[in-house]
Formats: sequence, C-alpha cells, structure tokens
Amino acid sequence: MSPRVRYVVLVAVLAIALALPFLVSNFRVFQFTQVAVYAIALLGLNMLTGYNGQISLGHGAFYALGAYTTAIMIDRWDVPYPLTIVTAGVLCLIAGFLFGIPALRLEGLYLALATFALALAIPQILKYFEHWTGGSQGIVLSKPNPPWGLPLSPDQWLYFFTLAVLLVLFVLARNLLAGRTGRAIVAIRDNPIAAQAMGVNTALYKSLTFGVSAAYTGVAGALSAIVIAFVAPDAFNVFLSITFLTGVVIGGLASISGAIFGALFIQFVPNWAQEISKAAPWAIYGIFLIGFMYAMPFGIAGAIRRVAARAALRGTAARA
Amino acid sequence: MTTMLSRLVLSALVALVAFVVPATAADTPGVTATEIKIGHTNPYSGPASAYGTIGKVITAYFKKINDEGGINGRKINFISVDDSYSPPKTVEMVRRLVEQDQVAFVFNTLGTPTNSAIHKYMNQQKVPQLFVATGATKWGDPQHFPWTMGWQPTYQAEGHIYAQYVLKNVPNAKIGILYQNDDYGKDYVKGLKDALGDAAKKIVVMEQTYEVTDPTVDSQIVNLKNSGANVFYNVTIPKFAVQAIKKAHDVGWKPLHLLNSVSSSVGVVLKPAGLDASKDIITARYLKDVTDPQWKNDAGYKDWLAFMQKYYPDGSTVDDFNVYGYTVAQGLVQVLKQCGNDLSRANVMKQAATLKDLSLPMLLPGITVNTSATDFYPIEQEQLAKFDGERWVNFGELYDASKK
Repeated sequence: MSPRVRYVVLVAVLAIALALPFLVSNFRVFQFTQVAVYAIALLGLNMLTGYNGQISLGHGAFYALGAYTTAIMIDRWDVPYPLTIVTAGVLCLIAGFLFGIPALRLEGLYLALATFALALAIPQILKYFEHWTGGSQGIVLSKPNPPWGLPLSPDQWLYFFTLAVLLVLFVLARNLLAGRTGRAIVAIRDNPIAAQAMGVNTALYKSLTFGVSAAYTGVAGALSAIVIAFVAPDAFNVFLSITFLTGVVIGGLASISGAIFGALFIQFVPNWAQEISKAAPWAIYGIFLIGFMYAMPFGIAGAIRRVAARAALRGTAARA
Repeated sequence: MTTMLSRLVLSALVALVAFVVPATAADTPGVTATEIKIGHTNPYSGPASAYGTIGKVITAYFKKINDEGGINGRKINFISVDDSYSPPKTVEMVRRLVEQDQVAFVFNTLGTPTNSAIHKYMNQQKVPQLFVATGATKWGDPQHFPWTMGWQPTYQAEGHIYAQYVLKNVPNAKIGILYQNDDYGKDYVKGLKDALGDAAKKIVVMEQTYEVTDPTVDSQIVNLKNSGANVFYNVTIPKFAVQAIKKAHDVGWKPLHLLNSVSSSVGVVLKPAGLDASKDIITARYLKDVTDPQWKNDAGYKDWLAFMQKYYPDGSTVDDFNVYGYTVAQGLVQVLKQCGNDLSRANVMKQAATLKDLSLPMLLPGITVNTSATDFYPIEQEQLAKFDGERWVNFGELYDASKK
C-alpha cells in the first residue's frame, strides 16, 4: 500500500472509530470498547508470538493480574482508575520480564506448555488470596462517570478512554517494532544464532519482549476490569488465553492492524455462532475458524495486504 | 485503488449501520398485547455446561405454556443465551438482553460469580433479576438490591438445618468437617456454625479443606477419622463426595454422615460410591427425588414425566436439574399470572415478593414458596432424608430456615 493510501485508510478508520459511539446504542458501544480492550491484549501477545516467535498459552494470567491490580486498588484504596492502569502495566512488565528469564531456557512448544501452566494456575491463585481478591465472589466496581461534565454516557466515555489508551499503545508499539529493537526482535524469531552473531543480546531482548508483551496484556486486563466493572477468577480461565492466541493468529501474526481484526473476531464471531445455532455454537465457531484459516492463511491482516498488493500490481500493469 | 478504497469504506459503513438499532421507548419494555419477553443466561458450553439442561427444560416448559395459550393471553418469548459461566460474558449477554432485545426482565440466570457480575447493573437499571439459580446468601437483600431475588434454599440455610438436627439428636456430638475451599464451602460451614451458636467451638473438632483440583481427599478423611469425630459434615461436590464416602467406608469410620444436598444424587454419587457404603447417610432435600419409587403414582411426578416425554424427550428423567428447572419455571408462571395485565417491572417484582404458601407439584409435600417485601428467599424449607441403601427416605419434620 502506498503511504498516501495508507494515510487515507488510517484517517477513515479513525473517523469511523470516533463517530461510532454516537451512531450506535450504548450496548454496542460497550461491545466495541471490549474490542478495543482485546485489541490491546492481542497486540501485546502478537509482539511476543508474531514478532518474537515465542508462543504463550498463558497471557490470560497477565490479563488477570492487570485486572486484579486495578480492581484491588480501586476497591481498597479508592485510587483514581487511570493511575491503576499505569500501575497494572508496570506490575505486569515486571512480572512478564521475570517470567521471561526462566522461559529463556524453553523453546517453542515447551514454552507454550510452561505458559499454559500459568493460565491453569491463575484462577486458583486468585481464589487462594481471598482476603485481597474476594475469592470466587470477585470484586464489584462502579463504572466511572465522564469527567469535566462531558455530555457523554458512561459507556461512551469508557469507549473514548479505552480508544485513547489503544492509540497511545499502538503508536508506541509501532515505533518500537519499526526500529532497531523491532529488527532485533524479529531477527531472534527468524534465526536466533544469526541474531546473536550480529551482536543481538537474545536473552535480554527475549525477556524484554516478554515483559512488554505482558505489560500490554496487563493494561488490557486493567481496562477490562473497569469496563466490565467486575472481576472474578472464573473470567480468567484457560480458555481466555487460548482465545487470545486464536485472535492473534486470525488477525494476522506480526501485524499491528491484525490485533484489531483479531479483536473483532473474538468479540463478535462467538456471538454470531450462537445466533446461527444454539445447539452447537462452538461447532459453528470451529467452522468459522477453519474457514478463516483456509481462506486467509496469514490472517485477516495478511489477506488485506495481499489484496492491496495485487490491486497495486494491477494498477501498475494498467498504467504500463 | 481508489475504487477498492471506497468499497472498503462503504462496507465498513454498511457493517456499522447493521449495528444501529432504533431506540424504542415503551412504558413496559418487552411487553406487548400478545407477548412477554424474558431473558436468561446459562452455561451451555464450558466447564459448567452440566447446568445447561436447566435452560433447556425451562425453554421446554414455556413452550408448553405457550401451546396452552400463554399467560393472560400473552405468549412467553424466552431468550436463553450461553455465557459459558464467564462473568464478563454474562455482563455482555445480559446487557444485550436488556438494551438490545429489550426484555421485560431476566430470570434464573445461573451461577454465583456470573450473577454477582450483573447484580449492580440490574439494580441500577431497575430490571428484575428474578429467581437466580445460585445458593449464595446475598440474593435476598431487598433493602440494598430490591430488583434481585433468589429462589432455592441457601447453602447457609441448609447448614442451619444440619445443626438443628445434630443439637437435637446427637448428645456429645463431635463434628468433623470436610469442605471445598471456596465461597460455596464456606457458606455451608458458616450456616452450620451460626446455628450451633456458642457451642460450635466445642462441637466442631476438626475442619479439613480441599481444592477443586486436588486428586483425592483420602488423607483428609483419615485425619477426620483420627480426630475422633462422630459426626461427618461432608461439604463436597459430586466427584469428591464419591471419594469421601468410599474412603470413610474403607477405613472403617462410621460417623453420622451429613452429606450436602449438592451431592445427593443417587445415580451420580451414591451408586459410584457403593450403595452399601452410602447407607444411613443423611441429606436435606426440597425437591422430590425422581428416582424414588414412592412418587411413582404421584400426580406431580406423573405430570412432570409426561411433560418431559412430550416437550423435552432428549432430557434425562433421572436428573434433578430437570426437576429444578421445571419447578422454577412454574414459580415464574405463578408470578406472571398474579401480575394480570400490569407487566411493568415494578409490578413483576411486587408480585414476586407477595407469594403466599404457593405449593408446586415437585416440591416435597408441605414445602411452600413464601416471599414478602422483606423476605427475598422464596424456598426456605427442607426435609432431611436418610439413604436406606436404595433410595432417600424422608424423615422427620420440615425444617424452616426462616425460623431460627
């Protein structure tokens, strides 16, 4: 895609995103807020899996850590919610970095299993620290009202708030991945030995990628706690982690825009599947999944890239 | 390229429009002259999908009501959706039901964490959250949550009943407790201890816990036996109840065995544990046991069986959940009948809170549903039953948790 076209698309998408909450009902706004939350989580996981080649089946754990950090801070100490999101991000950055160090010894599927253990453990850990987490009853929060007397509904305000966080994080991710760091991260995925030979500190970059990835997912978790206004261990089961991985692959590995497509998929397709068949929604979901992977082996973002490339090619051919 | 671009933008806009819904304003949302819309969430998939049959049996029962002409001329449009027992999904689904589908109210939403997630929302929106399917105690709090009402006896209430029985019938009682380390387990233990009162510290000689993920509870049983307890309060879900009954039998521990009703299924728990080992276990019940031959000629049971065969032939006729769903649906039908033509949300709540001595065919004889403006616990009576090696035999009086 030429830079000009890319710019036009970006502006169009932004315009739609900004107009959206005024066009649809509060419930839909809430759903799209969830899409934005998922997109942040997926971007985090995509950095790790898509760009760095480390498979994680346990990002639900960081999502949970972020969500509980926010919930506990708001519930216990009345901390303003934007502050709790930053804290959640930092906490998850540290947790992810620390988890990334032992994970260095594990490659591919072995790492996937280690992270899977994390996903399995988290609901129980949350129940164990009942004094803080409220056990399986969870913690109930209040939805924040729009500040400065803005004429918005709470749902609309949370949408814009989440969208703003998403934009900041996406720009940061883009800058990170487009530069020297990004090249090092990708080089480790493609050929770790060659990367090391070129002077890339693979151990440091891998742990750092894990940390940043966990931080993104943690911020998403924190936002989800505010949007849903409730956290409970049952929300963070293994299936959530698998859903994230599904979203990343469907959206498109190693693609920033892929996170948005993936988020749209994991938010809406299960609902559609249920509307099509109440008896076997997950079978329908499975068919969707297989269909998507068959038609777009590089994810939605990959398919769009390909269509655009073909159109550009046709364009040059027509001019020639 | 520009055509492709415009096509892209166009399709995005089309997708957008598909989401736009006309906002309809009505005094009584979800109610027309011919229909009342009711929302429901249930785990049809995921770890708790065994409960899915409750949603199916309720749907089947409303189909029967509709076939018979509905209630006051209105058919029930029952929208039941899957939340996989995941609280965020419940929030999303219930918001869809309330804001998109514009249901009159939600009914029998299942699960403690899932209902907790929508508790505040329902009460802010002033939409009834009626007869929720959970045994937690917090659903009967009309002062703070006037739009939420429970249904079945709470876990704590059941604990009260066991305590009353022990105090009356077991001199020198020494109670050993095994419970699941979560809110469900703790609710049961709290109920027992509250009703034991000051004596609890002396009577309860040992408490053992387990996690849902533990492989066995064998060592806990051995510890309890060695504590010298002569009463075993068994607060476990079916898988662990089987293990506990077996192990207690194997190590030759013969206490008075109080088994929580959660695991009182003959087919799922007592048979696998061994009918011999299960003999003389005591539990509390409020529904008729469909495997019990004493109800074979009971009119209520026969109606239920006929209903199951006609409207839900795939459903199990030995599954307590199918009795549960049938009964709670009948409770709602009574509320709607009482509402007459005023199906406003306020009146639905008001009528739900004025049930007087309502007896339903599959409740044990003598048990009635009672509510008031200050009592949001519809069923509070239970009867103890002893396992005679084949079936539960009810004995003794009805216990009423509302009377301390």
